[in-house]
Amino acid sequence: MPIDRVRRKLVSGFACTAVSAAMLPCCLGRAALAAAGGVEFKVRNVADGVFALQGVDELMSAANQGAISNLGVVVGTDAVAVIDSGGSLIEANALLAAIGKITAMPVRYLINTHMHPDHIFGNAAFQEIGATIVGHHNLPRALEARGAFYLQSFRQQIGDALMKGVEIIPPTLLVDDRLQLDLGGRMLELRAWKAAHTDNDLTVFDSATRTLFAGDLVFVGSLPTLDGSLLGWLRQMDALATIGAARVVPGHGPVPADWPEALTAERRYFEVLARDIRKAIADGMPLSEAVKTAGASERGKWRLFDEYNERNATAAFAELEWE
Amino acid sequence: MQNHAYRSRQLALPLAAVFAAIILAAGTLFGFAGAANAQQTTASSDRIWQDLKGDVFGDRAILVDSGVVRIEAPKRAQDAAIVPVDIYIDLAKTPDGIKSVTLIIDVNPAPVAATFQIGKDAGVTHLSTRVRVNDYSYLRAIAETQGGELHMAQTFVKASGGCSAPAVKNQDEAMATMGQMKLRQFPPQETMTKVQELQLMIRHPNNSGLQRNPLTQYFIPAHFVQKLSISQADRPILSMEGGISISEDPNFRFDFKAHGNGEIQVEAIDTDGKVFRNQWPLEAAGL
Ligand SMILES: [Zn+2]
Repeated sequence: MPIDRVRRKLVSGFACTAVSAAMLPCCLGRAALAAAGGVEFKVRNVADGVFALQGVDELMSAANQGAISNLGVVVGTDAVAVIDSGGSLIEANALLAAIGKITAMPVRYLINTHMHPDHIFGNAAFQEIGATIVGHHNLPRALEARGAFYLQSFRQQIGDALMKGVEIIPPTLLVDDRLQLDLGGRMLELRAWKAAHTDNDLTVFDSATRTLFAGDLVFVGSLPTLDGSLLGWLRQMDALATIGAARVVPGHGPVPADWPEALTAERRYFEVLARDIRKAIADGMPLSEAVKTAGASERGKWRLFDEYNERNATAAFAELEWE
Repeated sequence: MQNHAYRSRQLALPLAAVFAAIILAAGTLFGFAGAANAQQTTASSDRIWQDLKGDVFGDRAILVDSGVVRIEAPKRAQDAAIVPVDIYIDLAKTPDGIKSVTLIIDVNPAPVAATFQIGKDAGVTHLSTRVRVNDYSYLRAIAETQGGELHMAQTFVKASGGCSAPAVKNQDEAMATMGQMKLRQFPPQETMTKVQELQLMIRHPNNSGLQRNPLTQYFIPAHFVQKLSISQADRPILSMEGGISISEDPNFRFDFKAHGNGEIQVEAIDTDGKVFRNQWPLEAAGL
């Protein structure tokens, strides 16, 4: 597939700005900025050698360039790893440009925390620069089943311009259970989880700074979305909470967040939702009725509640009916 | 070329003739894997139906909104993989009852979601299930009366987008539990009638296939429950053929009139030829 012209222009444009950035460590304390298509992407310094780009709490749209999830960057003495590629090539290339201002080290790994478009639509930009794409062992299968649908439905949602060059590119380095990546001077510990937010959730722990990149296993302030297993998510929350992190970069919400306090509201929401759905099922209420009221006491406590709560309730009902 | 290979595989299915015709019709409109990028509208959904109905019902007349059949679904479906749909039959308007109901989802790659045969004197007036919907679409219920009339009701569902793809959420779990069944029996609402409600649940990934793998361009193999029969005391209540767009873990809730105290029996057959059977005693229903 020919690389789209817009993308080439962006890549070369950013390559120029990256030249001045070879004097790296001085930049480590500062935020790096990159702008694309009128949206400014601010990559902030979270810990020593750890950076994150915070997404906005919105649905993906042409206006936000698909940049709704949090992306991470970890800089070692040999190589850089990026956590999630963002919701468009424009966002991915802006992130690469910002990384170029921070370090001259090559981006060796792109780690996808799971299958959702806001985390993987930028993958082509990383394949282009030769990064190894890393993911949960279930991620290729999940993308097989959904890729065509994502490409179609997001074209409707965010428009042709932002979809330009977006390809579904699966990981080639798969994580069965755990995997360590050596970036030089620091190890990243990757961990594959059982079905929770999706059936292909992966977390990344930087042992040097004890920073946890939780992907969408952790939502802060923005309503968690359920596309895997409610029971699996609740069951694994204890194990998640025992990770000895000093801070977390959640998949959505403020960067960084306190750990493990970042889990508290999410756990409460899912417990409320499970309680309401279980009661509806016991009462013999059909799914179509139950989802209208389940979780209602959480309204007002979350951004995007009305966008996602009923969908979560639908998935929860179909799952909990089998208890 | 891929289309070709796909069609010959579909032809191996018992319902191949119907499917093949429908897939051909839809295929020419869509180029399959949703090459139609513009969002479907009521008008475009209707155009698909106009092209499709001859393949399914020939040139038979279809009465629209006569009141014999009614269909309900959320105006905006939250999860494209699990869209609840309710079909109601008004027995007062069709004294001899209904023979079958065909559920159509215009924009799905195989629009005939399922056909339900209703047992004579089974007293089924309400059937609810859950379906996958690929895009904005009309959902249609076409009921055939014992006398051979066709009656249609329709409702437009905005089901698309976001990351709620019409796919299996937890594939490992789906495969590990395949074939498990659960039956819930709800007692009659009014004590004097023998009408009660059943809810049958079957664990099955119910993959519709029909999505092209974006990585290999091959179609993902379909694997779904394509035949289902539910009876009580050896009298058929409800059976289903097709089922390609029924959601993961097929779920059917319906009312019926029990005959005696005979047990409820279920048999399901999937596209791999696997047979799943189960039976349950009829719970005392205020006899
Ligand atoms: Zn997600």
